[in-house]
Amino acid sequence: MNKLLLLGDEAIAQAGIDAGMSGVFAYPGTPSTEITEYVRSSPETKQKGIVATWAANEKTAAEQALGMSYAGKRAMTCMKHVGLNVAADVFLNAAITGANGGLIFVVADDPSMHSSQNEQDSRVYGKFAMVPILEPSNQQEAYDMVHIGFDISEKLQVPVMLRITTRLAHSRAGVARKEARQQNQFKLPEDLKQFILLPAIARKRYQMLLNNQEAFQKLSDESLYNQYFPAEDTSMGIIACGLAYNYLMENYPDRKVPYPVVKVTQYPLPQDHIKKLYDTCDEILVIEEGYPVVEEMMQGFMDRGKKIKGRLDGSLPRTGELNPNLVGKALGIPMPETTQAPDLLTQRPPSLCKGCPHIDSFLGLNEAIAEYGKGRVFSDIGCYTLSALPPYNSINSCVDMGASITMAKGAADAGMTPAVAVIGDSTFTHSGITGLLDAVNDNTNITVVILDNATTGMTGGQPSSAFGKIEGICKGLGVEEDHIKIIKPLKKRHEENTQVFREELAYEGVSVIIPRRECIVTLNKRMRQKFKDKAKSES
Amino acid sequence: MKNDIILAGVGGQGILSIAAIIGYAAVKSNLYLKQAEVHGMSQRGGDVQSHLRLSSEEIYSDLIPEGKADMIISVEPMESLRYLPFLHSAGWLITNTEPFVNISNYPDEKDVMAEIRKQPRHVALDAGKMAEEAGSKKSANVVILGAASPFIDIPFEKLEEAIHFLFGKKGEDLVEINLKALRAGREYAQTNK
Ligand SMILES: Cc1ncc(C[n+]2csc(CCOP(=O)(O)OP(=O)(O)O)c2C)c(N)n1
Ligand code: SF4
Repeated sequence: MNKLLLLGDEAIAQAGIDAGMSGVFAYPGTPSTEITEYVRSSPETKQKGIVATWAANEKTAAEQALGMSYAGKRAMTCMKHVGLNVAADVFLNAAITGANGGLIFVVADDPSMHSSQNEQDSRVYGKFAMVPILEPSNQQEAYDMVHIGFDISEKLQVPVMLRITTRLAHSRAGVARKEARQQNQFKLPEDLKQFILLPAIARKRYQMLLNNQEAFQKLSDESLYNQYFPAEDTSMGIIACGLAYNYLMENYPDRKVPYPVVKVTQYPLPQDHIKKLYDTCDEILVIEEGYPVVEEMMQGFMDRGKKIKGRLDGSLPRTGELNPNLVGKALGIPMPETTQAPDLLTQRPPSLCKGCPHIDSFLGLNEAIAEYGKGRVFSDIGCYTLSALPPYNSINSCVDMGASITMAKGAADAGMTPAVAVIGDSTFTHSGITGLLDAVNDNTNITVVILDNATTGMTGGQPSSAFGKIEGICKGLGVEEDHIKIIKPLKKRHEENTQVFREELAYEGVSVIIPRRECIVTLNKRMRQKFKDKAKSES
Repeated sequence: MKNDIILAGVGGQGILSIAAIIGYAAVKSNLYLKQAEVHGMSQRGGDVQSHLRLSSEEIYSDLIPEGKADMIISVEPMESLRYLPFLHSAGWLITNTEPFVNISNYPDEKDVMAEIRKQPRHVALDAGKMAEEAGSKKSANVVILGAASPFIDIPFEKLEEAIHFLFGKKGEDLVEINLKALRAGREYAQTNK
């Protein structure tokens, strides 16, 4: 079959389609977004009746996937690393319930924090949940491992984690497809109590998970993707995990690494290979993307004598994404001379688009809040977080999805007035609703600004679960109708909008302001499509 | 054969279309390819780059090592300089001369051009103007690709074929404009390199 040129994300999506997946459930988040985007736009999705849906958040997405697995079908849930924090409850408990139909958690980490608040390493979560982890080193392996993951998940009745990082997610290469497999038939779990985690059953299921560890270990030891490459020079042995293997190979143009190497793409760590490497070599270099997870395991608490090198001993930087040069230096390979970029070069940080509705919202808020002084605006995550930068300098926090409202409430409870929360429409339905309920129940004095641009802008314009529902939700939670104000953020309405901000800041109680105007990018996209459709129907 | 190419620009300037054209041509030429893109935050008007690697042998790293790029292709002059640490000592710098100013502290245009001219092997051209002459200013990125084409080890016809394929859906006019843009860029580079 002809190779397809696919992003790592797209390879995972195509593999899901080919492996008989019946549904993918996700909340967008860089660098995982393109998996679900691809499934949603593939013509095969419709033909095969695959469900591909954007959920309100990662937790609701993962639970839907677990439900599909309960019903005997193959399901995938995709998220960025911090999304797994939100879905951690279901992830850890799904390890105990186990799966029925194949279930894969695809988690995309973002070392160097290209588009994230932190660079947490999802392998730690995988270990925490005690489930098998797959970590492909390239696009083809990403494709293959979805097939393998579903098979493992069904054979051992366990959810499987597929961990990728930004560079693989967003890099394209040729991928060969496998023959398509039929979707599973609807089939209830054999034991209808499997998913009831009441203590008596949970203890039994937990013991089954523990008993299964041996089987996970055997799979890893026997995996064709975990490999031992012998070599002459045993002064050092190398463990290269996932993508890091590529950076290792890049440093040897003849593709001959002089040291023995273990390539790791599946966890638990392949014990036989690692033992052999440890026994054969004088010291060990661990190259891994993310946290020093394997390095710490190799080191152990008690030093076993041999030197372990990696991110902890300074052979590689403790933080950030790896690259061929960093790995080359750790291998002691001389690097080529490079030209410095000239001093005149300036930073070009991302910024709100020209004509973005958020701009007018922040200009109004800035003016209205000026009389109270700085430091009173809790924000959230989305395009609007860019208002932290000049010329706006509007906000004072960005922590995790939904934290704007709850932090504002906490600060208000500490006596801060006014306390303002700024949150996007998609973030509001992701994790803002419950916090607003807390504020209503305590009648806290906060002003919540829900920026309704009718989309999930930051991740490329996915539909927003909040669309058309925001006022209804606020009313339903008990926010007083008189203090739910909808404004249209436009330059020409600056004065009247600023007045609305002033009034609601002064109001003592929960008030909600909803600046409503569509994101310029999705608006333009829609207009272009409309224009095209019109031209088509006319011709 | 091995071409390691850094594509540079500002989010929204169309460097991914350049990558798509080269990518299609490379696949049609039976080459291995890896192309790392930037998605997410930086796409909002920040600096973006793409590492594009073509080879007759299997490629490992998705990223080009520093000091190893055969060329930098940039649709924006200041951005072309950002990636100089990646350029091989014998590599080429191909860049648009028209600045994209979306920041308040953009350096003096003359100083930027002076830095570009310091590069021993460079092609600098006003791609927007040439694209306009070809029929649409939007094809500036294709002009830049044309200017880089003499240094890319793929037959020129394959790039033309890629344009037919990728723009064909959008109409014959657009194919013609982009072919013109591609050829104009190539001619410029061949006479001015
Ligand atoms: C738990 C979690 N999931 C996903 C993300 C990625 N993410 C950041 S902002 C955002 C979308 C925000 O959309 P919205 O609130 O509507 O604001 P907009 O970008 O449209 O202004 C997403 C999905 C994240 N940072 N954390
Ligand atoms: S993508 Fe939309 S919401 Fe985001 S900055 Fe641009 S216009 Fe604003």
